[in-house]
Amino acid sequence: MENIFVYCEITEEGHVADVSLQLLTKGRELSRQLGVELEAAALGKDMDQVAHQVRPYGVHKLHLADDDCLFPYTTLPHAAIIAGLCQQIKPQIALFGATPVGRDLAPRVASQLQCGLTADCTSLVIGDHHDKKSDTTYKNLLYQVRPAFGGNIIATIINPETRPQMATVREGVMKQEVADKPADMEINTLEVSDLTKAEHFLIDILDRHIEPKKVNITGSQIIISGGYGMGSKENFQLLYQLAEALGGEVAGSRAAVDAGFVEHDRQVGQTGVTVRPKLYIACGISGAVQHRAGMEQSAKIISINTDPGAPINNIADYAITGKVEEVIPKLIKYYKKHAK
Amino acid sequence: MSFRILVLVKQVPDTRNVGENAMKADGTVNRAALPAIFNPEDMNALEMALKVKDERDDAQVIVLTMGPSRAADVIRESLYRGADKGYLITDRKFAGSDTLATSYTLAAAARKLMPFNLLIAGRQAIDGDTAQVGPQVAEKLNLPQVTYAEELQDVSGASVIVKRRLDRGVETVKVDTPVVLTVHSSAEPCRPRNAKRLLSFKHARTVTELQNEVKDYTSLYNDRPYLEIEEWTADNLKVDDEWLGLSGSPTKVKKIENVVFKQKDSVQITGADEDLDKLMKDLVDSHVIG
Repeated sequence: MENIFVYCEITEEGHVADVSLQLLTKGRELSRQLGVELEAAALGKDMDQVAHQVRPYGVHKLHLADDDCLFPYTTLPHAAIIAGLCQQIKPQIALFGATPVGRDLAPRVASQLQCGLTADCTSLVIGDHHDKKSDTTYKNLLYQVRPAFGGNIIATIINPETRPQMATVREGVMKQEVADKPADMEINTLEVSDLTKAEHFLIDILDRHIEPKKVNITGSQIIISGGYGMGSKENFQLLYQLAEALGGEVAGSRAAVDAGFVEHDRQVGQTGVTVRPKLYIACGISGAVQHRAGMEQSAKIISINTDPGAPINNIADYAITGKVEEVIPKLIKYYKKHAK
Repeated sequence: MSFRILVLVKQVPDTRNVGENAMKADGTVNRAALPAIFNPEDMNALEMALKVKDERDDAQVIVLTMGPSRAADVIRESLYRGADKGYLITDRKFAGSDTLATSYTLAAAARKLMPFNLLIAGRQAIDGDTAQVGPQVAEKLNLPQVTYAEELQDVSGASVIVKRRLDRGVETVKVDTPVVLTVHSSAEPCRPRNAKRLLSFKHARTVTELQNEVKDYTSLYNDRPYLEIEEWTADNLKVDDEWLGLSGSPTKVKKIENVVFKQKDSVQITGADEDLDKLMKDLVDSHVIG
């Protein structure tokens, strides 16, 4: 009772998704702060490796449903199992990845449990709340912080009355760290046939083409990122050359992804991933709020822009005014000169 | 028996083009400074419904929106583009609804329009970007949901075939109707207004709007009853007030802040060789790179 619950999403390759491991990391922190335990659920097929993957994150209890009918993901059986489980274990907080699966599942579960859900949180903090109207003080609520209004404002949302307090979080927003001393993890095997009914299997998957995830830029210490100002997909090659020289990864802003210059997996910002590398080089990126929110925690930021007034320059350590086509080859040249 | 399609649409402030005056000094949004538009993905949803009408003579497209009186604009826009009928769900009691209260209200309205074959909505609205209302309406109606729909591939029978757009690929599913679909922005854009329909429906009004008109529309509406955009309040729906608006919304906004970034004292440099030479030397010397 009153524990923290994390839904562990299973990737195409059968692993626990990074975003779920990040949520387990956050869930562990919250559970310690509140003096409760961390519970997780994973639903899929051939789940032999899952316990091994989540144990290091300090999970106390893993609810495991292993059945062919649970992969590929469809909404109704997963929702029935998760809602049923939540009714049984009554967590105070339930966290889901803000992935296509999590954003399909969490609202359905929240509606069934008639509780509040906050999408795409960028920060989760425990705090108190005093309601003036009813003169009631709520202790240890989950502050769910999220960008709203197209990312132009930041809202803190609370659910004073309903439980669990549900939230989805995008990949890369929270840190992913194993526990110093993982708990002894108990495994509870869920009986899928007891929790699901025939009417939950109304969706017939005829065909699927899902590419495996090719890149994970969140792990890179050096990120060379391009925006709409790069002008073309061909010009992005310059970024790959600089990334190769410096040993980094290439990323892009939403505008660059929408323009087809670079793939979605490399998108940095509120609708992409959040990164915090040692060095972030922003090339031809003006720095919309939504982009800056995804990279401002980088240790060093260099911007290359023809416009000295670009908003990105306000958070840059070095603002280079110039054309990317001219500046990047020089950066490569002088890096090679000084590299030891 | 016709093939009935309900389309949920929303009028939203255009958050994609937020100018300097869009934020008030206290950090809240100045809604008046933002133009009200037809939520983009709801346009894709409308097109998906209208396509069915192209293919099936018995298809009927009914548009629903929840919002204040002026939200009737998105109903008219839908009528211009090919929708058959529109409903405005409006009541002060709905103010402050979060996604749960919104879906409770919309589901009650949809229930009143049963039976239907498809309920189609945009994946998410650009003022909240939650993508929660579609799935929550589906749950309230106890219907299956197919999210991120990109294309309806077969609507000829009792089941439909839907192509879904996922982050790294596509999935094609078959599902019996009735079903709730939420439509992804990669779906086909909406057809433009039809000139003839624009003329036919330019006087389409809700009862409230008619009351505020100077001109008398009585005889026009007697001749053309289809011009009426039906207005439903909480009293028209089978709803419990406790589940509406603020009281029906478990999520509360505790605080709204501006997005504040830590300003840095940037070193301004040019693209000249000596500047870049020094920059790379500094970065290597300080072990940021290399």
